[in-house]
Amino acid sequence: MDKDRVDQIIDKHECEASSLIQVLLEIQSENHWLPKEALERVAERLQVPLTRIQHIATFYKAFSLVPKGRHEIHICMGTACHVRGASRVLDTVQDQTGIKPGETDLDLKFSLDTVNCLGCCALGPVMEIDGKAHGKMAPAKIADVLKKL
Amino acid sequence: MARINSSAELEEIRKGILSGRDPNKPCISVCAGAGCIASGASEVIDAFKAEIEKQGLMADVNTKGTGCPGFCERGPVVVIYPEEICYLQVKPEDVPEIVSQTIKEKKVVDRLLYVDRTTGEKATHESDIPFYKNQERIIIGSNIKIDPKSIDDYLAIGGYSALAKVLFQMTSEQVLEEVKKSNLRGRGGAGFPTGSKWEGSRNAPGEIKYVIVNADEGDPGAFMDRALLEGNPHSVLEGLIIGACAVGSREGYIYVRQEYPLAVENVTLAIKQAEEYGLLGKNILGSDFDFTVKVHQGAGAFVCGESTALMTALEGRTGEPRPKYIRSNIKGLWDRPTVLNNVETWSNVPLIINKGADWFAQIGTERSKGTKIFSLVGKINNTGLVEVPMGMTLRDIIYKIGGGIPRGKRFKAVQTGGPSGGCLPEDMLDLEVGFDELKKAGSMMGSGGMIILDEDTCMVDIARYFLEFLTDESCGKCVPCREGIRQMLKILTNITKGKGREGDIELLEELAEVAREAALCELGRSAPNSFLSTLKYFRDEYEAHVLEKRCPALSCKELITFYIDPDKCQACTICSKKCPSEAIAGGKNRIHVIDQEKCTKCGTCFEVCPPRFGAVRKISGEPVPASIPEEARTIVRGSKEK
Amino acid sequence: MSEIIFQIDGRQVAAREGMTVLEAAQKAGISIPTLCHYEKLEPYGGCRLCTVEAEVRGWTKLVASCLYPVEKDLIVRTRSEKVDRIRKMILELLLAHAPDALELQNLAGEYGAVKDRFEKEPSFCIHCGLCVRYCAEVKKKDAIGFVDRGTRREISFIPEIASKECWNCKECFPLCPTEALQAAFVLAKAFAFPSSSLEHEPTE
Repeated sequence: MDKDRVDQIIDKHECEASSLIQVLLEIQSENHWLPKEALERVAERLQVPLTRIQHIATFYKAFSLVPKGRHEIHICMGTACHVRGASRVLDTVQDQTGIKPGETDLDLKFSLDTVNCLGCCALGPVMEIDGKAHGKMAPAKIADVLKKL
Repeated sequence: MARINSSAELEEIRKGILSGRDPNKPCISVCAGAGCIASGASEVIDAFKAEIEKQGLMADVNTKGTGCPGFCERGPVVVIYPEEICYLQVKPEDVPEIVSQTIKEKKVVDRLLYVDRTTGEKATHESDIPFYKNQERIIIGSNIKIDPKSIDDYLAIGGYSALAKVLFQMTSEQVLEEVKKSNLRGRGGAGFPTGSKWEGSRNAPGEIKYVIVNADEGDPGAFMDRALLEGNPHSVLEGLIIGACAVGSREGYIYVRQEYPLAVENVTLAIKQAEEYGLLGKNILGSDFDFTVKVHQGAGAFVCGESTALMTALEGRTGEPRPKYIRSNIKGLWDRPTVLNNVETWSNVPLIINKGADWFAQIGTERSKGTKIFSLVGKINNTGLVEVPMGMTLRDIIYKIGGGIPRGKRFKAVQTGGPSGGCLPEDMLDLEVGFDELKKAGSMMGSGGMIILDEDTCMVDIARYFLEFLTDESCGKCVPCREGIRQMLKILTNITKGKGREGDIELLEELAEVAREAALCELGRSAPNSFLSTLKYFRDEYEAHVLEKRCPALSCKELITFYIDPDKCQACTICSKKCPSEAIAGGKNRIHVIDQEKCTKCGTCFEVCPPRFGAVRKISGEPVPASIPEEARTIVRGSKEK
Repeated sequence: MSEIIFQIDGRQVAAREGMTVLEAAQKAGISIPTLCHYEKLEPYGGCRLCTVEAEVRGWTKLVASCLYPVEKDLIVRTRSEKVDRIRKMILELLLAHAPDALELQNLAGEYGAVKDRFEKEPSFCIHCGLCVRYCAEVKKKDAIGFVDRGTRREISFIPEIASKECWNCKECFPLCPTEALQAAFVLAKAFAFPSSSLEHEPTE
């Protein structure tokens, strides 16, 4: 991500240190990951130590310090989904994509992650792909959904 | 749209909006909440708009996407006003029929109506559906009637009249007194008296004070706040502005978890609209009260739902909780007096102002006033959000509203309060929901998550599940939580894998004590609750796992084996074909046998064996019967050899 | 500043308003064990070893004395069956990570903590945070910080800053109760040196 774009985002949040997390969320959302150069620029302009940014970038699940795949798959592991068999959905997705939660495949096509509740609990098990939620997932349906990508 | 500069102008605008609306004009309301969108509601809305245009009915019929009424499992939900005809699980293909039958000919499309899963009875109107009938939806009931992206819709149902009353007919002391008199208690889980919290901040020294909406709703299985913030953002805003008046705050924050993008979108839009109308910003409604509010997104950390951690996150830091020896309503955000309340708590405020504290205090019980929204999920027939008066029994919620347990299974336990809560068994079902009763029994009401578990759920695994969740979400600052919970998880995982040892339960109890007494924040202190409550009511399951290596619920993978009963197997070959590990030997007319060495316990054979045969069994705690010899496996139709 | 009189272990203790129970106890010569506390730094409240019983208006609760503010008529008990049990368990949990740390072993002796109670996971760091906080609050260099959360939390040097500052400083080293800090520094050194900012090994 180029420096100008990072600066634009920082300026949009009025260069306030307390907006650090919001700035990082925007960079993550546009760029799909947080490159080191972007973090250093943010540290410089917001006048916050790099250690704080490093802690934030690793503490919160929304951030990734490595490039993510084009399609981000999130499997909800919340209680309602768990009780309805979310682990089996996760196992099937792992088998079909060849990656485990936290990983990205070599072609940078898929990234897989678990997420702790998307709020669609009545429709469990839920799988979210690129921000779109798919409810009432069953191992049998997964192949179709993934094929469409 | 010009700024509204007085209470009178507000009423003029409201009258104007209402006079432009014909209450008898058909309105197709399609739920556009995150749940129904996931089930295809956007396509349904588009289909309605296209069909209405095609039929030339655009001047005669309104179509709108609305807030979430909470019946997500049967979504997409469509309600046709003014008759209030409710259709469920509507697909785009159903739209032409609905338009021609219901809109044009006023006839009901029978197959789309609600069907009671136990009695088979149908219900036509929204108010007839048993799921809704037994609720008291004073807060969430408005959702299906308004388009959350339209401030005019909110004004049409009386929105912001409470704010006008507060600004022009009451003093800030009177507002505080009214909230105190109502006995409103926080809906986020702790149940702290809202009036006292506000009073503490109001009287605390300092010019700058803050009010915050906690929309971090991290409890897995809970989505009340999502529905409220997405579906009726202005109601939350109105409550927040009123609170700011009472406390003396001019700056507010709404902290929304980023896993709720639609809620972020709708509340951000609502703020913009309110600013345009002069309901936020300088000189609200022409008064001398200024108030601005900012939206901050969470970044994926359950611990940020804890109030001090949330404030730390607002300051742009990692969400590590701080000690509450000095309460945050005295020293909170940037060490200034801060009132933090849950979304549902703020939503109650405009009602209390409009209808009065006495009206509010009539609902509920002695110490728990008003209603509570629960998210009723899990093994239950009618899944969704239910709003009931405090004091209703768990039994009524689960059976009268929830419709009982599906597929003829037996109820086992109800888990409430999220990861900080506990499980209650069948003989506790006559407890009344509220802040105090559930706590005495070893659980808690929490933010409203209510997960129903049936006979197939292993209670030891439930405790393990919650500890796994909390280990992942712990901030890691203090030893009792970071290390104590980690060790508890290890032991519980071993127990579910058949590696439990004598002394494990006692060690778990010791670790539970350290976390409960010495952890830094409530996440750590309440982490052992899932273990302690399941131990209290289901001790036999723990002992079976540890001493007999048996899982009574036949759930823990390492403790069960799958076995095909040779007396029941009819060699239909379905299971052997579906087995992903090719572990089932057998063919046509040959009794099937599972090779235990190859079996991965995926459970597919159990699920696909036709119910009329029911030949696949799960066994736990006993050895698998020896396979019948090869020669004996042939089935001779007419009579079976053994 | 007004004076506050309260009790610790049956003794009357005088303290200034704004002091913590730990500060007041130390001033009065009463010892309370700590691991993450250091007088030059802001109190942290992470190890919870300083947990004491605090009784106020008839209600007894357990609090971290390094953070709890003194108040009038407070009754503090620095030792009790419960407090001792908790300290023993905290030490046993930490010994699983740093079984040979001298400070832990000394305290373990006093509270009867058993080294092998929990399976060893020798990561050595006990997350007292002294190194991170010292560098941030006293040296103001922020060369080292925490990363991640929960059981995955670790200390980590920023190689670019460490390569400039740490060689001549190392003031945090003696603060570390286990070997973890030196281990992390050695690791960071391996990745950072030689870096583009350094053409030669600096002389001490």
